[in-house]
Amino acid sequence: MTSVSALLSCVVALLGTAVLAVPIVRSASSTPVVYGASLVFSAVAFVIALAYLATALPAAEASALVLPLGLPWLGSHFRIDALAALFLVVVNLGGALSSLYGLGYGRHEHAPHRVLPFFPAFLAGMNLVIMADDAFNFLISWEFMSLASWAMVMAHHRDAGNRKAGYLYIVMASFGTLALLLACGLLAGADGSYGFAAMRMSDHTPFTTGLVLILLLLGAGSKAGLVPLHVWLPLAHPAAPSHVSALMSGVMTKVAVYAFIRVVFDLIGAPTWWSGVIVLVLGGGTAVLGILHAMMERDIKRLLAYSTIENIGVIFVGLGLALAFKANGMGLAAALALTAALFHVLNHSFFKSLLFFGAGAVLTATGERDMDKLGGLIHHMPVTSFLFLIGCVAISALPPLNGFVSEWLAFQAILQSPALPQWGLKILVPAVGGLLALSAALAAACFVKAFGVTFLGRPRTIVAEQALEVDRFSRAAMSALAALCLLAGILPGIVIDGLAPVTLSLIGDRMPVQTDIPWLSIVPVAESRSSYNGLLVFLFTLFSASLTAYLIHRFASRRLRRAPAWDCGFPEVSPATQYGGGSFAQPVRRVFGTLIFRARERVDMPAPGDLRPAHFAVETHDLVWEGLYLPIAGAVGFVAEKLNHLQFLTIRRYLSLVFLALVFLLLVLALWS
Amino acid sequence: MVLIAALFVQAFQMALVVLLAPLLTGFIRLVKARLLRRRGPPVIQPYRDLLRLLRKEVVLAENASWLFRVTPYLIFAATWVAAAIIPTFATGLIFSWTADLIAIVALLGSARFFLTLAGMDVGTSFGGIGSSREVMIATLAEPSMLLIIFTLALIAGSTQLSSIAAFMTSTQAGLRVSLAIALIALVMVAIAENARIPVDNPATHLELTMVHEAMVLEYSGRHLAMIELAASLKLLLYISLIACIFAPWRLASPGAGPAVYLAGLLAYLAKLAAGGALLALFETATAKMRVFRVPEFLGAALMLALLATLLRFVSRSL
Repeated sequence: MTSVSALLSCVVALLGTAVLAVPIVRSASSTPVVYGASLVFSAVAFVIALAYLATALPAAEASALVLPLGLPWLGSHFRIDALAALFLVVVNLGGALSSLYGLGYGRHEHAPHRVLPFFPAFLAGMNLVIMADDAFNFLISWEFMSLASWAMVMAHHRDAGNRKAGYLYIVMASFGTLALLLACGLLAGADGSYGFAAMRMSDHTPFTTGLVLILLLLGAGSKAGLVPLHVWLPLAHPAAPSHVSALMSGVMTKVAVYAFIRVVFDLIGAPTWWSGVIVLVLGGGTAVLGILHAMMERDIKRLLAYSTIENIGVIFVGLGLALAFKANGMGLAAALALTAALFHVLNHSFFKSLLFFGAGAVLTATGERDMDKLGGLIHHMPVTSFLFLIGCVAISALPPLNGFVSEWLAFQAILQSPALPQWGLKILVPAVGGLLALSAALAAACFVKAFGVTFLGRPRTIVAEQALEVDRFSRAAMSALAALCLLAGILPGIVIDGLAPVTLSLIGDRMPVQTDIPWLSIVPVAESRSSYNGLLVFLFTLFSASLTAYLIHRFASRRLRRAPAWDCGFPEVSPATQYGGGSFAQPVRRVFGTLIFRARERVDMPAPGDLRPAHFAVETHDLVWEGLYLPIAGAVGFVAEKLNHLQFLTIRRYLSLVFLALVFLLLVLALWS
Repeated sequence: MVLIAALFVQAFQMALVVLLAPLLTGFIRLVKARLLRRRGPPVIQPYRDLLRLLRKEVVLAENASWLFRVTPYLIFAATWVAAAIIPTFATGLIFSWTADLIAIVALLGSARFFLTLAGMDVGTSFGGIGSSREVMIATLAEPSMLLIIFTLALIAGSTQLSSIAAFMTSTQAGLRVSLAIALIALVMVAIAENARIPVDNPATHLELTMVHEAMVLEYSGRHLAMIELAASLKLLLYISLIACIFAPWRLASPGAGPAVYLAGLLAYLAKLAAGGALLALFETATAKMRVFRVPEFLGAALMLALLATLLRFVSRSL
C-alpha cells in the first residue's frame, strides 16, 4: 500500500467517524467514541506522513493516486510529496492532540451534537486539501474544510457575538474560495487542464503570474489572516470550543500557508522579484499589527487569535524573503529563508495549540475568558500554569525554546540580503527586519501580560479563587505539546534536516546538513560561521541556575518567613488595584496606539473636595475595519437598496430590461471580436 | 591539553565576570559621588551589601508562588551565561559558538521576561507598574539592539562575537559612518537596558519614577542578592560588549601565551574603568526623563540603528 492510499484510508475513516457520529450523538458515550476514533486515525496518518518525510530522498517519486470520482473526465487526483507530507504532519499531529484534549474537554460541552459530527469532518477536510492534486479536488476540499469549521464556530449560536463571528467568517471564506477559484482558472490556462501536474508544466506570462499571486494572497491570505483580510479571524477562532480554536488557529492557518506555498513555489514557476516585495510588505505589516491588537486585548482567546495573525506575518516574511532570493537565483539563501518559514509553521502549530488548550483549561476551571476577572491561577492550577508558561516563553521567541530558533533563522536569512541586486529589496529588507524584531519584542510583552494577568497576582473574582486543575487528558495533550516545544528548541538541527527535502524539492537547494556538525549546533551558512546551540544554552543555563541555587542554599541563610506583601508599606486591600490587562498595556498603547489605533484617553478627574466619582475611558479605532470594511459594507448595502426596486417592476418593464440586456451583451460580443 | 586550557580560560572568564561585576558598580557609585563632591561609600560596598543580604532571612509575600522564588536564579543564570560568552579579555572562548550576539540579546530577553512576571506575581500595583513600563522600554530597546546587530553582522560578516571582534581588530574595519551611528545607538540602548539615568534611576525608591526597582520591590534576602548581582552583571556585560566591539585592543587569541592573556586582562580592566567613569560622568551631567519621554529617546536609538543598517545595505564602504 502506498503512502497516499494509506493516508486516504485514514481520511475515509475520519469521514466515516463523522457520519457515524450523527446517529449516536445524543448518547452519553458519543464524546469518547468520536474523539477516540479521531485520535487513532489522526495518529496513524501522522505516523505515515512522518515516515514519508523522514525517508523522502531528494529525488524520491511523489506518491500519487487517481480515483474515478468527481468530474467525469477528470477523476480525483491525490498526491504526496515532501511539502504535502510536512503539512500533513502538522495537521495530523494537531488533530491527534486536539482529539486527546477533546476526550477531557468535550465532557464539559453542553451542546456536543453541534461539535462532534463536524470535528472529524474538519480533520478530513484539511487532510484532503493537502493531498489534492487537481484544482477541482482542491477547491471542494477547501470549501468542505471551511464549512466544517464554520459549523463549529456556530456551535454556541445563541451568543450574539458568535453569530456575528459566524456570519463574517462565512462571508470571508466564500470570498477567499472565489479568489482561489479564479486563481485556479488562470493557472489552468486555455486548454482547461485542471490537474496540478499540467499547471506545473505550462508556461505563464508575467501578467498571469502577478494576477495569480494577488488572487492567492486574497484567497489563502484571508484564510491565514493576512492584514487587511484578518478581521474575521479574531472573532471566529475564539468562538469555537477551545480544542477547535486550537485547530483553527494552530493548524487551519497552516493549510492556507500550504496553499500559498504550493501555488507560488511549485505551480507558478519562476517567481519575479517584486512578488517578494509584496509578500514581505504584507508579512511585516501583518506581524506588527497583529501583535499590537493582541496587546490591547482583554479576552484571552481573542488575544491568542490576534497573536496568530502576528505569527502568520512572520511566516510570510520568511516566504517573501525566499521568493526574493529564489527570483535572484540565490539558492542557499532561499533555502534558509524557506526553512525559517517552515520551521515557524511547525513551531506555531505547537505553541498556539498549547496556548489555546491552556485557555480552554482556564475556561473549564473558571468559565471566564476575560483576563481582568482572573488572576492567581498559578496556585490552583499548577500543571496548567506551568505548561502555559512554557507556551508563552516559546511564542515570545526566547531561548532555549523553539520560537527562538525560527526567529533566529529568519534573522540569518535577512543578513544574506545585501547581496540582492534590486534597490527596492535592499531598502525594504532591513525595514522588514526591524518590523520582525519589533513584533518579537511586542510578543514577549503581550505574553507577559497574558500569563501575568491570568495566572499571577491575587485572584480578582470568586471563580478565579475557586478554580480547580483540569482533567488528565487535557494535561496530557498540553504536556505533549510543551515537550515538543522544548525538543524542537534544543534539537533544531534534526528539524532543519527534516525540512531539507521540502526546500530541495521547491528551490533545488538546501541548508548544510546540520546533524554532521559536532555538538548539535546549527550553522545556517557555513562560511559566515554564525552558530547557535540550543541544547548547550539550555544545559548551560540549567547548570548555572542549579549551581547558584545550590551554593546559595548551602552557604547563605536559608531562613524564610511568610508575611503580608510589603508594597511600600501601604498594602492595598482590594485585588482590583492590581495591574490588569488594560493597565498593563497602557504604556505600549501610548507609544504605538495613538498612531495605529487613534487611541484617545479621556480622564474626568473631579477637583479635590468634590465627591463625584472620577472617570477614565479609552477609545480605540480599528482603522482597517473602519477604513476598508465599513465602506464596502455601506456600498453593498446601497447597491442592494437600489436593486431592490427591480423586484417590483411590471411585466412590460421586465421585458424591456431583458431586451436591453440582450442588446448590451450582443454589443459587447461584437466589440470584443 | 588544548581542551583543558580552553575550559580553564572559560571557567576563569565566568568567575571573572561575577567577581568584577559588584566592583564595577561600586566604582561607578564612587566616581559619581566624587563628581558630586561627596566622599561616597568605599568601592567594595556592593560586596558587603551582597554578603549582608545573603545572611538575612527572606521575607516572602503570602501570595508569592514558586515562580517568584525560582526567578532570581533564572535571571542570574541567564545573565551569567550571556556574560560568559562575551569575549572580555580573550576571543575564541570554548563556549562562544553556543550562542551568537542575537542569542545573547535573547538570553537577556528571557531574564527580563521572568523578571517582569515576578513583578506581577505578588499582586501589588507597584510590581505591575514596574513590569508594564519595563516591557514598554523593552519593546523599543530590543528592536534597536537587533538592528545594531544587523549593522555589525553585515560589516563583519558574522553574528559571532569572536568573529566580530577579530574583524574589528583587523585593518579592514576602518572608520565607518554606520559604525559610529551604531555605537551611539548601542550606548543609548545600554543605558535603557541597565535602568540608568536618564531612563530610570538605579538609586531611587521614589515609587512613581522607578521601573526596575518597582519590579523587585517585594524581594528580600538571598533572592534580592541574586537580582542585584544579576543587575551588576548586566551592566558589566554591556560595557564589555561595547568594549569588545568598538575597542577590541589586546584581546588574546586562543592558544596564546600567559603574557598575552595577562595583557588582555589588564587591558580589559582599563576598558571597564574607562566605561564606568564615562557612564558616571554622563549620569551626573543629565537629569532623569519623564517615563513617557523614554519612547522618544529610544525611538531616536531605533531610527539611528535603522539608518546604520540601511547604510550598510546600500553601500559597502559606509
